[in-house]
Amino acid sequence: MSHFIDRRLGSKNKSTVNRQRFLKRYKSQLKRAVSDAVNRRSITDMEGGEQVGIPSRDISEPTFQHGQGGRRDMVHPGNREFEAGDRVQRPEGGGSGSGSGQGRASKDGRGEDDFVFQLSREEFLDLLFDDLELPNLVRNQLLGATEFKTVRAGYTTDGSPSNIDVVRSLKGAIGRRTALGAPHRRRVRELEAALEQLLADGVAETDARVVALREEIDRLKSRIAALPFIDTFDLRYQSFTRQPEPTSKAVMLCIMDVSGSMDQLRKNLAKRFFILLYLFLQRNYDRIDVVFIRHHTIAQEVDEQEFFYSRETGGTVVSSALNLAYEVISERYASGSWNIYAAQASDGDNWDSDSSICRELLINRLMPLMRYYAYVEITPRQHQSLWYAYQDVKAAHPHFAMEAIDGAEDIYPVFRELFRRQDA
Amino acid sequence: MADKIISESSEWSFPLLERFDREIARLAHDEYGLDTYANQIEVISSEQMIDAYSSVGLPINYHHWSFGKQFVATEQTYRRGHMGLAYEIVINSDPCIAYLMEENSLPMQALVIAHACYGHNSFFKGNYLFRTWTSADAIIDYLVFARHYIAECEERYGDEEVELLLDSCHALMNYGVDRYKRPSPLSMAEEQKRQREREAYLQSQVNDLWRTLPVGRDPADGGVAEHRFPAEPQENLLYFIEKNAPLLEPWQREIVRIVRKIGQYFYPQRQTQVMNEGWATFWHYTLLNRLYDKGLVGDGFMIEMLQSHTNVVYQPAFDSPHYSGINPYALGFAMMTDIRRICEQPTDEDRHWFPDIVGQDWQAVLDFAMRNFKDESFIAQYLSPKLMRDFHLFAVRDDDLEETLEITAIHDEDGYRRLRQNLAEQYNLGTREPNLQVYDVDVRGDRSLTLRHFRHNRRPLGETVDDMLRHIRRLWGFDVRLEAVDELGRVHLLGEA
Repeated sequence: MSHFIDRRLGSKNKSTVNRQRFLKRYKSQLKRAVSDAVNRRSITDMEGGEQVGIPSRDISEPTFQHGQGGRRDMVHPGNREFEAGDRVQRPEGGGSGSGSGQGRASKDGRGEDDFVFQLSREEFLDLLFDDLELPNLVRNQLLGATEFKTVRAGYTTDGSPSNIDVVRSLKGAIGRRTALGAPHRRRVRELEAALEQLLADGVAETDARVVALREEIDRLKSRIAALPFIDTFDLRYQSFTRQPEPTSKAVMLCIMDVSGSMDQLRKNLAKRFFILLYLFLQRNYDRIDVVFIRHHTIAQEVDEQEFFYSRETGGTVVSSALNLAYEVISERYASGSWNIYAAQASDGDNWDSDSSICRELLINRLMPLMRYYAYVEITPRQHQSLWYAYQDVKAAHPHFAMEAIDGAEDIYPVFRELFRRQDA
Repeated sequence: MADKIISESSEWSFPLLERFDREIARLAHDEYGLDTYANQIEVISSEQMIDAYSSVGLPINYHHWSFGKQFVATEQTYRRGHMGLAYEIVINSDPCIAYLMEENSLPMQALVIAHACYGHNSFFKGNYLFRTWTSADAIIDYLVFARHYIAECEERYGDEEVELLLDSCHALMNYGVDRYKRPSPLSMAEEQKRQREREAYLQSQVNDLWRTLPVGRDPADGGVAEHRFPAEPQENLLYFIEKNAPLLEPWQREIVRIVRKIGQYFYPQRQTQVMNEGWATFWHYTLLNRLYDKGLVGDGFMIEMLQSHTNVVYQPAFDSPHYSGINPYALGFAMMTDIRRICEQPTDEDRHWFPDIVGQDWQAVLDFAMRNFKDESFIAQYLSPKLMRDFHLFAVRDDDLEETLEITAIHDEDGYRRLRQNLAEQYNLGTREPNLQVYDVDVRGDRSLTLRHFRHNRRPLGETVDDMLRHIRRLWGFDVRLEAVDELGRVHLLGEA
């Protein structure tokens, strides 16, 4: 009568389509929520999933409902002291309940409660980087066919012993033995039948015919036994070929000004920017190297910890960092298989005479090597000489971008601006 | 006696589930005479339960973002531990499909089998509303048809187009029900066969209505008598739109129809919450206690089952922070139990109030009640003074013309009848939902549609009016007006879109 079915292994995620549709429909609200979340987030967990909220009002599904007012008779449980005819004050917020189980949501619905839910990491990043692209990616794909990957390509009859495929080889051996032994075995069967016939007819063991048959059978059997168990002919080797692969690795140079004027707050802003960039590159490339270069009057390559947390004072010579960047590139990333990106954060202070050196360095040496160079200036003040020098670079190289950032809320918009999809 | 116990373990296994099902079935069918559809019991994981939840409990459904929203919300509350998932979902179909969650312990699975597979199942099969309004043997087929059809429309006309249409239809889902006429039975094969014919036919009907050439008017008529269309007000808005909206494409009419049919399928559920849950709760309680009496389950089993049962039928008082209206499980279970009590151990009061059922066979009385009532009439018929006292029920009148609320009745001799009437009214869908009707279509003019809201007790429509008008406008294609009619018959305009 009853029929049990175990569905546990059946399809999960039946709702995936519906979930995607929901996300798609409220994409604009979600994007807003995501960008808020990015600004709010601590820098260390920039890439996890995220709890986002969108206003319930926006996603409600309306139906016809009764509103407030008019006359309603409601029955409630739990009376203690009321008598018929009593008069009681209206409870605050009209919350005396909703016996029908419906009114409540709309009654209390005045609150701006958000509809809060969890986005997975993928969904979060998708929304975060929606509509963004890496500038000049096309060029990169054409360029990059310099790496090779080894892939399986069936079997061959020769190769190195380490590539012998044992199962394949033994299968071949069995086949060969069967094929070569077959005529002999057939002959043995015939002779044995004849022998049996003779013996059954009462011919003596010593009869010449019997002896001849036995000899012939023994000879054939030894022929069969002499077939080699395995022959070089049987050996099969796994074959590999090398396929060219578009390279997909990138190096990101983070260049930051750590002079006295860059306080912790500004460094945090810079760091947020760098992390966004890192996440974004990570979605496009299999492998990313990050090089941290910090500078005041002299530049040095440091590790992440030192990059963000140690503090120096002193003046600022930006060109020192650019020189170092050039050195690093020519030493380690010169092969042409690297996609080189750089992001520079600074408060714009520089020795006056240095700015023009920077301009020359960038225009003539660095920019030709770069996929993209983004400069963010973190300053609420007037721009200084560096900004104007960089404007010349921008004019000379379209893949140079610069934006100014005032506070945390600017970072994401500026980031979006820098990597906005450029429609052809 | 101990050796009869089926299992002391709390781990379930398929053989154990089958064993329990067999024992419970034997009790339900042979001892208590419950008439059920065959059961199809599916064991699923909690994620699958969330999936099932979010497509309004249907095993298969078309795609729509609102189900995704439901999914996301359920998943979120479940993850945060704010909510346990329901133990079961049961689908009114033949065979009756019930889902058991993998995570539940053996006693819980047994409880769910008793509750869903014998309680709800027999209710679906017996109650007159379900018999009249739903075709249990065809619903799954119909859903398959609907899903395919809508998927095909999405392919042909684009996701967005279909989504907008579904949004509007969903908004009107509760107004897509024929209240007095039995719908024709559903079947996928026939649906598909007829769907094409219907397309052509419907369109020809619509074309007829909107024919611009005047139909040769009878000169004797003088051409003065303007007939209103529709001649009678229509309360099935979706049906009216499906048949008469001037601009809908045939596929759009079909989708309106699909939503309407699914709305119709849920119509009985919305009217029998208290009864349906009460009935199922009563039976899991009765059946499992009987298993215990027979020595088939041990004390541990019963304690776990009772704990869960007690949680289900908990009714917080009106001033408790957990209060959110009357718990249909609590009220339904109490009423079913009370009917049995009245049959078996009546008091003088019961003799006075329920002369018909006192001393009768309780199984027959309960069966009759299950088959022939809905929440509203069930309460009006069977709510006993004892229960009103047990629940400490009281009635409040909230009148916006008065400064204060008035307690109009409490659980005493003077109040019983009024209390009972008020509570029954509270479950009347007719008063719970605003009464809206299609009043007029300006057939010869701007084709505008006029709806009327007939107000009851001066209760106005909620804030959603404007959104709703926009949805109706999208379906109708021309201007839509909404008028309110108050108790004195005065008409005033509420909104236009």
